[in-house]
Amino acid sequence: MRHTKLPADLRQLESEAIGIFREAAAEFARPVLLYSIGKDSSVLLHLALKAFHPSKPPFPVLHIDTKWKFREMIAFRDATAKRLGLDLIVHTNQEGLDRGIDPVASGSALHTQVMKTEALKQALDRHGFDAAFGGARRDEEKSRAKERIFSIRGAGHSWNPRAQRPELWRLFNTRLRPGESMRVFPLSNWTELDVWRYIEHEGIAVVPLYFAKERPVVRRGGAWIMVDDDRLPLEPGETPERRRVRFRTLGCYPLSGAIESEAANVAQIIAELRGAQVSERQGRLIDSDGDASMERKKREGYF
Amino acid sequence: MPDGNAAPAEPQGLLRFLTCGSVDDGKSTLIGRLLHDAAAIHADQLDALKRDSQRFGTTGADLDLSLLLDGLEDERQQRITIDVAYRFFSTPRRSFIVADTPGHEQYTRNMATGASTADLAVLLVDARKGVLVQTRRHALIASLLGIRHVLLAVNKLDLVGFDRGVFDAIAADFAHFARELGFVSQAAIPISARFGDNVTAPSPRLAWHEGPTLLGHLETVEIGPTADGPFRFPVQWVNRPTGDFRGFSGTVAMGSIGVGDPVLAMGSDRATRVKEIVTFDGNLTRAGPGDAVTLTVTDDIDLSRGDLLVDPAARAEYADQFAAHVVWFQDERLVPGRSYWLKLGARTVLASVTTLKHRIDIDTGAHVAARTLDLNEIGFCNLSTGAPIAFDPYATGHETGAFILIDRYTNETAGAGMIAFALHRASNIEWQALTVSAGERARQKGQQPAILWFTGLSGAGKSTIANHLDRRLNELGCHTMLLDGDNVRHGLNRDLGFTDTDRVENIRRAGEVARLMGEAGLIVITAFISPFRADRRMAREIASPHAFLEIFVDTPLDECRRRDPKGLYARAAAGAIPNFTGLDSPYEAPEAPELRLETVGVDAEALADQIIQDLRRRGVIG
Ligand SMILES: Nc1nc2c(ncn2[C@@H]2O[C@H](COP(=O)(O)OP(=O)(O)O)[C@@H](O)[C@H]2O)c(=O)[nH]1
Repeated sequence: MRHTKLPADLRQLESEAIGIFREAAAEFARPVLLYSIGKDSSVLLHLALKAFHPSKPPFPVLHIDTKWKFREMIAFRDATAKRLGLDLIVHTNQEGLDRGIDPVASGSALHTQVMKTEALKQALDRHGFDAAFGGARRDEEKSRAKERIFSIRGAGHSWNPRAQRPELWRLFNTRLRPGESMRVFPLSNWTELDVWRYIEHEGIAVVPLYFAKERPVVRRGGAWIMVDDDRLPLEPGETPERRRVRFRTLGCYPLSGAIESEAANVAQIIAELRGAQVSERQGRLIDSDGDASMERKKREGYF
Repeated sequence: MPDGNAAPAEPQGLLRFLTCGSVDDGKSTLIGRLLHDAAAIHADQLDALKRDSQRFGTTGADLDLSLLLDGLEDERQQRITIDVAYRFFSTPRRSFIVADTPGHEQYTRNMATGASTADLAVLLVDARKGVLVQTRRHALIASLLGIRHVLLAVNKLDLVGFDRGVFDAIAADFAHFARELGFVSQAAIPISARFGDNVTAPSPRLAWHEGPTLLGHLETVEIGPTADGPFRFPVQWVNRPTGDFRGFSGTVAMGSIGVGDPVLAMGSDRATRVKEIVTFDGNLTRAGPGDAVTLTVTDDIDLSRGDLLVDPAARAEYADQFAAHVVWFQDERLVPGRSYWLKLGARTVLASVTTLKHRIDIDTGAHVAARTLDLNEIGFCNLSTGAPIAFDPYATGHETGAFILIDRYTNETAGAGMIAFALHRASNIEWQALTVSAGERARQKGQQPAILWFTGLSGAGKSTIANHLDRRLNELGCHTMLLDGDNVRHGLNRDLGFTDTDRVENIRRAGEVARLMGEAGLIVITAFISPFRADRRMAREIASPHAFLEIFVDTPLDECRRRDPKGLYARAAAGAIPNFTGLDSPYEAPEAPELRLETVGVDAEALADQIIQDLRRRGVIG
């Protein structure tokens, strides 16, 4: 239930997202919602519930588990699925695990490639999904500013920027040829601030890791990395210290940088963001190898 | 507010605007400036910008704000922008979505895309150059796409000494020509994007300027209701959870609706009333434009995706022919007669352009005679759809008056259109049902009517095999007719040449004749090169009541050239025959013909026998 009357701009974004969900559900044979457990996924899920009410969303929810997510994320995922009665599919790239790929020893690039990109493709192919909803936003990163709301992927899930279709009005061209699939981004036009404002107005639950708390961390590559379990090998001289930190984006814990913050609730996060000096992707180590790296990852099929 | 913190005011709504300018007018710099001053740029992005400014920048030691915008790697290397990019910023008064459209060849396509969802267009001009042909072009496209508010940003005032006279002359020039374009509001504002004068804060150097800053105007301009016509609700998704709930989900396209109001379904003309307006947050008593809701109705009427619910007192148009402006997006040109998928609201139907009335010269607004539309051209056409559809003129409502055309083969979005008015059957000829049916005529002849459509390169052997086949069928007692491409061009089609447009018309007429002959109960054999897939598909559709077999005479080009029975390849190679298939005009081989004949080393009679066997197998002949 709504806490306060939704401001006009958020109401427009909400209606737009609902329209996108319905369009995709009507046009594709087998859609799926990609659920990454983060705040954007929480909002995405909430909007999906709204779009089809009183029906349940007519698609399952897929989580790609690298086995390196924060423990609190997994607990939150399972609790959410149970509370909402979701049809949750969890997929892990078993071959990758068997090969011993991990974010620390293998490095972030290889880990992302194998345990996220490859894993996602495996799951989509295995279940024959022809469309996948994702929570990506255009304001996240430069190469996303031109991303379509309905983004077509070729055989092998490749993304070709030049093959993308122009999108006019609310008319989406959803036609696919064999082997092609669609990624659908209902939050395209939302900003990070919109997401938090919406979470506040709608009272949406998010993983507690977003809120500042004392946590055991070590300093690496200019970011605070949380020692979430004993799998994180400590480098010589490194000792975990307790700092009041929170996360702006969540992923695999050894690759997610925390920021020092006092923001312990949604309202404080919004206040912090309004004066924010650092963009949210800064906390994601996978992007730090250059602006164009996201574009390359997309071409390879990363979400 | 949830707690006692002095939270800043929430933005009052969303303004979507589009920026257009010619290359180097300073569009990227302006948007970069807006994002920068509205604090939508973070410290780490600023660091990257500082590094980039030194590497690629054009502003010497200063920050080059334009670099904030070039998104894709391809573009950064080429220093051009190839697509529409969306940017976001907000002030305490409004949230903004900026559609940034680059200014070069793909211009019309990109600008139309950005304009389709924009409330306002910012047209940028360089104060040193004033209103150019491009400025007129941008204003014309904005007006065609139904944008009602324009803002002329006169940039680089620093380079003309912040001279008021220069600005006033440009503003007057613009006001003069924009008058005919029917904008609801238009304003001109002097700025220097690079130095920030009058962009987000007033500038002492522009003290003579009395109006608001550029941002001030964007924050306060009254957009007005954009969809305040009669109630329109396209059914997007039928909501049927288990149980007896049956709702119709969609977004109100225009007007508003309250519980108890009468509604009518276009097409079936079934009338009912709204019972509930259902949302996740509880039922509403009213819903207005843009609201995504689920309606239930009091009567048990059958509605499905694509139906349109309307106010019974103000119905939408319902027709299978209409006139529309079409913007072309595809490399492959628009040719009347070809069929495309047309998507309007939640409805998708087959459609084709029946007549191209004129092309619009976007630099002057003049109407120019045309037979085709190329990429980035805009035309005014009549279209016909495979089934009647409900719509409004675009001027009445964008959501129910806009459509896209989708290529049936590549699935590309081929074009976008805005409906001007319905064309009613009254002005057309009614179809007269015949008393003796095609089936009866065929039974009398003891056969099934069929169209055997040969396709292949010139010299592939189409006519030879077709003649053998015709002879054999006659010997078997079948009633046949052979339409040969060359022969038809002597009579019925002698007004046609070999341009793409004429080739389409050639095939269309052949298809129609084949269909009539099929109706007479005949087995029709056609031998036309028919090089384009889309046109063969068109012929198949025209002939659709009858069995249609595409027979691909698959002879390699080299072999055809070697045979060259009519000496055409030699003449074409010498430049005497332009647009010759296989040489300077393409042949698109069928991907799934009913029959494929390889001719090299096989004689034509054997191939004709092979077809006879196939016809027996399909039950066309006994
Ligand atoms: N002097 C001056 N130069 C400007 C101004 N705005 C943009 N420029 C310069 O004009 C050039 C082209 O600007 P850019 O924003 O890339 O143009 P775009 O092609 O329209 O995006 C760059 O060198 C800018 O620094 C201005 O107000 N004054």
